[in-house]
Amino acid sequence: MLGMLEFNPELDFKLLLAVPLIPFFGYLLQISLRGRLPHGDKILTGGMFVVMCITVYMAAKAISAAHAGVPFLHHSEEAGMTHGWLYDVASQPSFKNLVIGVFYDPLGAAMLAVVGIVSFCVHLFSMGYMHGDKRYPIFFANISLFTFAMLGLVLSDNILFLFVFWEIMGLMSYLLIGHFSHDPSQKFFHSWATWASKKAFLTTRVGDVCLFIGIFIFYNGFQEFYATSAAAHAALPEFHPMRFTHMWEMAKLVVEANDGIYPTWMTVGGMFTIGGTVGKSAQFPLHIWLPDAMAGPTPVSAMIHAATMVAAGVFLLGRMFPLLSPDVLAAVTVFGSVTALFAATIGLTCYDLKAVLAYSTISQLGFMVAAVGLGSVEAGMFHMTTHAFFKACLFLAAGSVIHGCHHIQDMRVMGGIRKKMPITFACMLVCTMAIAGLPWFSGFFSKDAILLAAWGNLIEGEYFGGPPLLALICLSLGALFTSFYMFRLIFMTFFGEYRGDMEHHMYSAQLAAEGYEGPPPHGHDDDHGHDDHDDHGHDAHHGVHESPLVMTAALVIVAIFAIPGAAGLLNGWFTETVTVENMYGENVGAWVLAGTPVMEGTKEVLVGGLPMAIADHNSHEGHDAHKLALIVSSIVAFGGLIGAWFLYIKRRDLPGKLTAQFPLVYTGVRRKYFIDEIVDFTVLKPTVGFARFLRKVDENVIDGTVLLVGRIHKALGSISAWIDSTFVDGAVNAVGLVSQNLGAALRLFQTGRIQPYAAFAVGGGILTAAWLILS
Amino acid sequence: MPLGAYIAVSAALFAIGIVTIITRRNVLYILMGTEMILNAANINFVAFNRFGSNGLDGRMFAIFTIILAAAEAAVALAIVLNFYYLFNSVKPSEADLLRE
Amino acid sequence: MDHILSWITFLPLIGMIAILFVPKANTSLIKTIALAATGLPLVLATWLYFGLFDKMSADLQMVDRFTWIAGLNAEYYVGIDGLSIALVWLTALLLFIGVPASFGINKAQKSYYALLLLLEVGIFGVFVAQDYFLFYVFWEVMLLPMYFLIGIWGGPRREYAAIKFFLYTLAGSVLMLVALVALRLDMGALIDSGTAEVVSALSGTEDLGRNAYFSIPAMTALGGAGLLTGSTLPFGGDFLGMQFTTWVFWFLFIGFAIKVPVFPFHTWLPDAHVQAPTPISVILAGILLKLGGYGMIRACFPIVPQGFDDYSYALGVLGVISIVYGAYVALGQTDFKRMVAYSSVSHMGYVLLGMAALTEWGMSGAALQMFNHGTSAAVLFLVVGVIYDRAHHRDLNGFGGLAQVMPRYWALTTLGFFAALGLPGLAGFVSEAMTLVGAYQSPRPGFKLLVIISVLGIVITAAFLLWAMQRVFLGNLNPKYKDIKDINAREVLCQAPLLFLCIFLGILPHYLLDWMRPSVALLIQNLTVN
Repeated sequence: MLGMLEFNPELDFKLLLAVPLIPFFGYLLQISLRGRLPHGDKILTGGMFVVMCITVYMAAKAISAAHAGVPFLHHSEEAGMTHGWLYDVASQPSFKNLVIGVFYDPLGAAMLAVVGIVSFCVHLFSMGYMHGDKRYPIFFANISLFTFAMLGLVLSDNILFLFVFWEIMGLMSYLLIGHFSHDPSQKFFHSWATWASKKAFLTTRVGDVCLFIGIFIFYNGFQEFYATSAAAHAALPEFHPMRFTHMWEMAKLVVEANDGIYPTWMTVGGMFTIGGTVGKSAQFPLHIWLPDAMAGPTPVSAMIHAATMVAAGVFLLGRMFPLLSPDVLAAVTVFGSVTALFAATIGLTCYDLKAVLAYSTISQLGFMVAAVGLGSVEAGMFHMTTHAFFKACLFLAAGSVIHGCHHIQDMRVMGGIRKKMPITFACMLVCTMAIAGLPWFSGFFSKDAILLAAWGNLIEGEYFGGPPLLALICLSLGALFTSFYMFRLIFMTFFGEYRGDMEHHMYSAQLAAEGYEGPPPHGHDDDHGHDDHDDHGHDAHHGVHESPLVMTAALVIVAIFAIPGAAGLLNGWFTETVTVENMYGENVGAWVLAGTPVMEGTKEVLVGGLPMAIADHNSHEGHDAHKLALIVSSIVAFGGLIGAWFLYIKRRDLPGKLTAQFPLVYTGVRRKYFIDEIVDFTVLKPTVGFARFLRKVDENVIDGTVLLVGRIHKALGSISAWIDSTFVDGAVNAVGLVSQNLGAALRLFQTGRIQPYAAFAVGGGILTAAWLILS
Repeated sequence: MPLGAYIAVSAALFAIGIVTIITRRNVLYILMGTEMILNAANINFVAFNRFGSNGLDGRMFAIFTIILAAAEAAVALAIVLNFYYLFNSVKPSEADLLRE
Repeated sequence: MDHILSWITFLPLIGMIAILFVPKANTSLIKTIALAATGLPLVLATWLYFGLFDKMSADLQMVDRFTWIAGLNAEYYVGIDGLSIALVWLTALLLFIGVPASFGINKAQKSYYALLLLLEVGIFGVFVAQDYFLFYVFWEVMLLPMYFLIGIWGGPRREYAAIKFFLYTLAGSVLMLVALVALRLDMGALIDSGTAEVVSALSGTEDLGRNAYFSIPAMTALGGAGLLTGSTLPFGGDFLGMQFTTWVFWFLFIGFAIKVPVFPFHTWLPDAHVQAPTPISVILAGILLKLGGYGMIRACFPIVPQGFDDYSYALGVLGVISIVYGAYVALGQTDFKRMVAYSSVSHMGYVLLGMAALTEWGMSGAALQMFNHGTSAAVLFLVVGVIYDRAHHRDLNGFGGLAQVMPRYWALTTLGFFAALGLPGLAGFVSEAMTLVGAYQSPRPGFKLLVIISVLGIVITAAFLLWAMQRVFLGNLNPKYKDIKDINAREVLCQAPLLFLCIFLGILPHYLLDWMRPSVALLIQNLTVN
């Protein structure tokens, strides 16, 4: 049994290579045959099941290696599997080439398993949810390629290929968010999906080019350093400047050579690099694309919010962590903290089921990013993992609710459906408890670790005082709000009585004021192929029903990871496997730990597995910190729960009164702080205006200059022609004119008729004769 | 009859031929005019042969001219026919292509 | 096979002569001949690429050389190296695609295909010529058919566009000719002088002991040794206060920059593109623009490396302006084809930036970008042609929702658009990334700033392409086009090889880079001024 869990490079790299290739070939198969492939959806889902099995198996190897204390950083070089990407000739030195391979490490193992499991569940769920959609086969093909991109990103051994997959993922998100833009029957989503997909691609691309620049800076800096450093040559005889392991090593060497201080170019490079995270992981101010991404089908939202897009940004931080200087980490902390709080406040006022979840994702991503900024990269990664599961479950459950309620998304016309959709309700409740951070649920462990990191930083305070304080305040408040709006969601959706078929209810006036016109028409159900229930129809609001088995099964699988026992197990595995030493190797890991302001003992606390173990802590500060973190996180979690219960179950009139009390604040938050409008006004309109202006410049000034040169020459030509014809040609013409006039006179005789000619001849003869005779 | 009488007839015939050629509006008359001029020349040939030399030169030229006139008439009629096809008329004033 | 380059170059000429003997009405025979006369060079070029060419060598290969005009010391001298072989192949491919893409043209077909084949002769000739005089002759040979192809078969304002194209390019050629004459005189005097320096510079080349005054390799050798400075000329290397090398550099550079086109010499391009028929646009964007970039690295920079060294910042700045400015102007367009034309300006800016940086990645990236832009821009023009053939207009705001009725066309267009915007995994990304990384590594520090500015172009490029995508394909279907026909098999076949190349070279770029590597290394060595 243990032999099974030992890493075997020869075989395992082939398995790992198969992981992205299975969905890739699934995509090719599906896209080339379109709908003609019978059971294409089942084949692709089956492929994803295989992928999930492999990833889980491989993750088990990582866990077992960590348990045995064996280093677990594997590169496919071990199995001789590398490929010279730019040059295939051996004569090119490695630093000028880009030698690619498969990289497998603890962080990658965790991420891979998350992606495998979530993606399988999303595939499974889509088989029910998307059934009957016009572009169903294309949807499956695209979501497979989406998964491929994320799997490839995780397995990339170098930053450039991470970027390659990163961008392919951007493309797939563009196509998937825009899924409904090809289907005019989806009136509600049709035009929204069109611009939302464009917005997502362009907004993330702003971040992407920052990452792109960051890659240049690090590549260039490391290569310059390598060229002059003997230590670097000794440590890395064959240098691959973009390979992660070499970059970590080089970061250490560069900083050590610079007296333990990060040089300025690394700070600049790091700042650009985190731009990628800000874009992809939807951090303020580039978060604007994520709420609109829900224009895509709900399974896509689940993918984007859990396993792919946004996770990639946080994953990047994990990969680049040793390269980030304290200044960059401070910036990361600020970005994350501000986003965590800011998005949470917006979540308080949303009525759209998916919008609440979208803002909660942004907020939770802020937690992860802030955790990395605070130096606790493990906590950030752990929160990413737990979040992936419960957020996937929440979105899929939301999809299930939307599906069950016939494509209504507004919570104000839901209510009381817990009895009709018990499985969905149970899954959603569990995951809400997890995201709110109720003790022993999965979110509790990860969020607690993040708060602990913030608290620890504040006490130690070696690097900075401001950002940890900001982080602690923002994250605590953010956690409170998270708990509040998530339970608000639960209470509004599942408790009370069903408002969908009521003429008048507590929100009807508000809905009417907003111009709400009932549910959006649901295109793909109109000619539905559902055979498990046939009570659909535009007016069939009574028929709220539980979703089919494929959907609920998918929900249950991801929900398992949130419940207390499983969450504890996950916590144990994760904290033992994904440690800094395991992630970056003994050498770099020790250096990172020494340099980052993580409190001693933090790791040990997390290793314990169950929160009871936390109390047994020797370090005085650690004890205090941990107790405080525990208290704070429990207070905010229960505080939110109680608050939501009070406002949405007990005193349901209070929210309306509160909003009436503070109309300005409410409107501001409700309109998402007008960020979209501000961006539109400050970025989009000026850009397009500038482009139109430049077009005019091009047409009038630059082309005008060319035409002017042409006109000048034409004018010069006319003048020359005039001079030529008047003076130069004049002299010639004078000669010509004489002969011309003479000719004109003679021309009169030239009638062309024969009889005048004869007359002239005779006349001429007579005259000649007369002259001969007379003379 | 004195030589002068022959020459007077010949001159009159020649003058009539020239005037016909210059003034008539029909190609056929022009042809007839040229025949008259040729015959005026014939009269001269024969008359000068009778009064001047002692060989048959003049008479031979006259016979040659008559043969030539016959051939010329054939060619000229062919031209006239083509002329007619081209211009759809037999008026020489229509033919002014040379002017171009 | 002996004389393979001459065969490749002149096979289309044979085809052209054959076409002239075919009756005008027999269009199917004319098309067959045109296909054969472009197909055979493609076969030969493919064989040359994978079979005959030694990719480990930086030398000129497949050389054909004999005296041509003895009085001028001009030779017929052709040969290829890693810089030109890929472009020769691309030319063969695009001209071969250009023939079936022209099957829709019904006007004066005989003259059209004859001119197309003559154009191919000129393009091949420029890529293989190693004698500057021959180079110049082919350069001009290419110009004339292009003038007629735009001027006769073009759109409503074809005369204007054709004459603008012709005069603009001719103005550049004239500058080139002036520089060429000066170089010829200096070369003649240098070689005749036979000093030890000249002999040592030429030793190891084939030009030693040959009075080849127009030979480009000889000019490169002497220029690289710092001898080609005009010192033998009457004004002694210093003309009107500027060095001879500076004059020559700028004259040659502007001559080629007009062709690229580099800002601010680009305004002939949108007019020519908009008016030209689709296959001619494809060839114009796909190959003719590359002639400018190729000319720079073959017949401008290595001959006067001093000038290149002095003005590399200026070149880099021009490149970045082209990138960003071209992208912005494209964003402001409402005409589909003009937008694509300006995207060409933007993409060719990378070529200049990469070359100016003088690093191995930069130079390889530039050479690669020329090839990749050749495929992706060709696809974009074919895409525009498809919609223009059906709707007879190109107004971006006049469509809408076409993806609903033309799903196959939409899929191909999406691939083409994403190839053009440099999506990783497709070919454009490799060259853009290499160019930018290479430029960032440049020994000149200012290039770092230039690179950071130029990435703005990447975002704007994505913006205008996606915006165009939205306006043409997404949203509500314009009822005018509800019966529009989807892309047909012929059009798909024209685009398919190019799209395949976009994907293939995005995944396995070493199929080009390995071939270029020795020549690029040699070029950088030649350009580095000590």
